[in-house]
Amino acid sequence: MTGFTRHRRSGAAVTTFTAFEADLLRSLAAQLIELLRNESATEDVASDSLEDLLDFSGPTLEPEDPVLARLFPTAYPEDEEASAEFRRYTESDLRNGKAASAALVIDTLEEAGLPAEPQDGLFIDIELDQPTAITWMRSFTDMRLAIATRLGIEEGDEEHWYSLPDDDPRAQVHDIYDWVGYLQETLVQAVS
Amino acid sequence: MSAPSPVELDEPVTDDITQLSTPWVTIVWNDPVNLMSYVTFVFTQYFGYPREKAEKLMLEVHHDGRSVVSTGSREEMERDVQAMHEYGLWATMQKADTP
Repeated sequence: MTGFTRHRRSGAAVTTFTAFEADLLRSLAAQLIELLRNESATEDVASDSLEDLLDFSGPTLEPEDPVLARLFPTAYPEDEEASAEFRRYTESDLRNGKAASAALVIDTLEEAGLPAEPQDGLFIDIELDQPTAITWMRSFTDMRLAIATRLGIEEGDEEHWYSLPDDDPRAQVHDIYDWVGYLQETLVQAVS
Repeated sequence: MSAPSPVELDEPVTDDITQLSTPWVTIVWNDPVNLMSYVTFVFTQYFGYPREKAEKLMLEVHHDGRSVVSTGSREEMERDVQAMHEYGLWATMQKADTP
């Protein structure tokens, strides 16, 4: 397991993934895209009026999926109407932006040589310029928020996760969460 | 950056009188996921804050559960909140005088 380091001459953030790691990251990014596109970003139309039927702007209600609710928080906790307006004007853009970031992660991995079905023994060298590194960071954040919400991770509960038996799927998912956190931490250090 | 910028035309219409008289604030809340280094990085990167100020705000979020990270018009704060959501931080906004 290798984290990111800063390439001295170019200033790029560099790392080398095993085929397994690169494939795992691609799979997390793909799942994120699926989630972002899965639950419709627009709600059912309120009525059959011409106005409502032609209203293609964004949603006004908090997403039902807890992961999406965390990715797109309510902006005005005390003001339902203002929150709905904010959501209508921002959530679609935010969804598209997050999906585009995850897609960039996949593109970077594949351009660096990750095949559709990677073989053992393959290594993938990654080099990220600053803007791409920041996009990766955002996507790491989205992946970690998604995993944390699914697992129910809370402040200071590390002991609980480490105490689970190794074959518990939750322990395995938590390991992935920790790994993405490690990549995130080293990437931030590499570009700071 | 690959994420699209907020579209100016889509900004919600705000009340000019309210906007001029009462400043708004963007609040970032603590969450168990985001790394301290990343939160600091976001504050330097997006707001252009010096590292010391960014770290101070990050520590406020960490220890107090929340921190006011920017102040301005309602429209400006909506942009900031949206940007924080792009970065995956949990941000909300309210009038500056709300307790």
